[in-house]
Amino acid sequence: MIIADHVHKIYPTRQGNRVILSDISFSVARGEKLGILGRNGAGKSTLIRLISGAERPTSGTITRTMSVSWPLAFGGAFQGALTGFDNVRFISRIYNQDYAQNIDFVQDFTELGLYLREPVKSYSQGMRARLAFAISMIIEFDCYLIDEVSAVGDARFHEKCAVELFHKRADRAMLIISHDPEYIKNHCSKFAILNKGDMKLYTDFDQAYGHHMHNMHSA
Amino acid sequence: MTTFSQLAAISRSAAIQGRVIYALLMREILTRYGRHNIGFLWLFVEPMLFTTGVTILWTLSQSVHGSSLPIVAFALTGYSSVLLWRNMPARCIGAIEPNLALMYHRNVKAIDVFLARLLLEAGGATISFVTLSLFYIYIGWLEPPEDVLTVVEGWLLLAWFGASLAMLLGALAERSELIERFWHPASYITFPLSGAGFLVDALPTSAQKYALYIPMVNGVELVREGYFGNQIRTHYDLPYLLGCCIALTLLALAQVNVVNREITPE
Repeated sequence: MIIADHVHKIYPTRQGNRVILSDISFSVARGEKLGILGRNGAGKSTLIRLISGAERPTSGTITRTMSVSWPLAFGGAFQGALTGFDNVRFISRIYNQDYAQNIDFVQDFTELGLYLREPVKSYSQGMRARLAFAISMIIEFDCYLIDEVSAVGDARFHEKCAVELFHKRADRAMLIISHDPEYIKNHCSKFAILNKGDMKLYTDFDQAYGHHMHNMHSA
Repeated sequence: MTTFSQLAAISRSAAIQGRVIYALLMREILTRYGRHNIGFLWLFVEPMLFTTGVTILWTLSQSVHGSSLPIVAFALTGYSSVLLWRNMPARCIGAIEPNLALMYHRNVKAIDVFLARLLLEAGGATISFVTLSLFYIYIGWLEPPEDVLTVVEGWLLLAWFGASLAMLLGALAERSELIERFWHPASYITFPLSGAGFLVDALPTSAQKYALYIPMVNGVELVREGYFGNQIRTHYDLPYLLGCCIALTLLALAQVNVVNREITPE
């Protein structure tokens, strides 16, 4: 279970404090899949960071009683000078996992071959995405945080991702952010619309989407 | 909670933190030194080059240091000590920024980034000091230390001082970039004051008291007492140095905690 209770997040900016999330409460149970829609800058990624525990809310609490992943397929932690293998090794060490086993999986999934021994800075966008996704799959979590996983990569990569996430891990909880309404509709059972710091929850996709579209076109 | 389960929880947390620091340490070594030429050997070859260079310069210029000690021994103990306390703050200032993305992993905290860098820096300076000592002793430029334990004591205290100062400055630097601007001149100005280039005993009596207010001077004196024993007269105030270290450590931990709370991964 993940419980967000009256969560506020305020960022100080040069123009004074900016409220990103105001008084947000919701919960995600084991196996439940919550899709989050919202315009650019609505606070979706901030919410994911708060849930992941990388950042703390300004006020309110977030309780995690199941293990929660880092934002999936997140490649920002790659150090350009390190090789693909180095990055696998780093994550394996942090999460106390068997490195040799992980290497096999990453090689198999990414199909990067010899490139895994090259610095990550020599990778293309698509190669990075594959590596990032594979590394995210090394560690098993009860809940996965997915922030726009389908933005890069080819069809084959998307298929492989879908197999890993929605078939092999169909029993896990997920929080999914995407600008692709179809993706959210197909994979989620609960929907949240973020707008101007506010969050509304829906169980019916069409209703949620209608609300989202309304926000999208109103100033 | 019973004491036992508390202990179990603490040891579990310690195991996680140990793992994280080890992972960061290995990552740091690779990103900093890479796999080219001698790779991570630079960790201590670099400070060794520094110390050797300074030793040669001081020998050539017949530096005045106010004692009958061989200049090699004097330069080795002095300059190694400087490297120990001065490099740690330099590495901790701005340490968070390039590692921000790692904070997405819940168990990676600002303090782990600092500790990994501190271990690396202290390790490098120590290996350099020990290797050069052994080498100089072997070729006969240096007598073995009179009392190794005192050398270790002084060295550890200097390392503690450097580490706590480094964490404090590293944490403060996240709040204000002034820290970085001021540390550069400050570290240069304190170098001649740090005891690397003089013995307190060689100072005028009236100045000795003030010299000991500089924490590093006490540490360097202690290292030299261990090295040279009765050949020189050393002056230091151990409780004062300890007090400085403890105060700096408490301040540093408090500031690191603030950084932890305010951190925003990119």
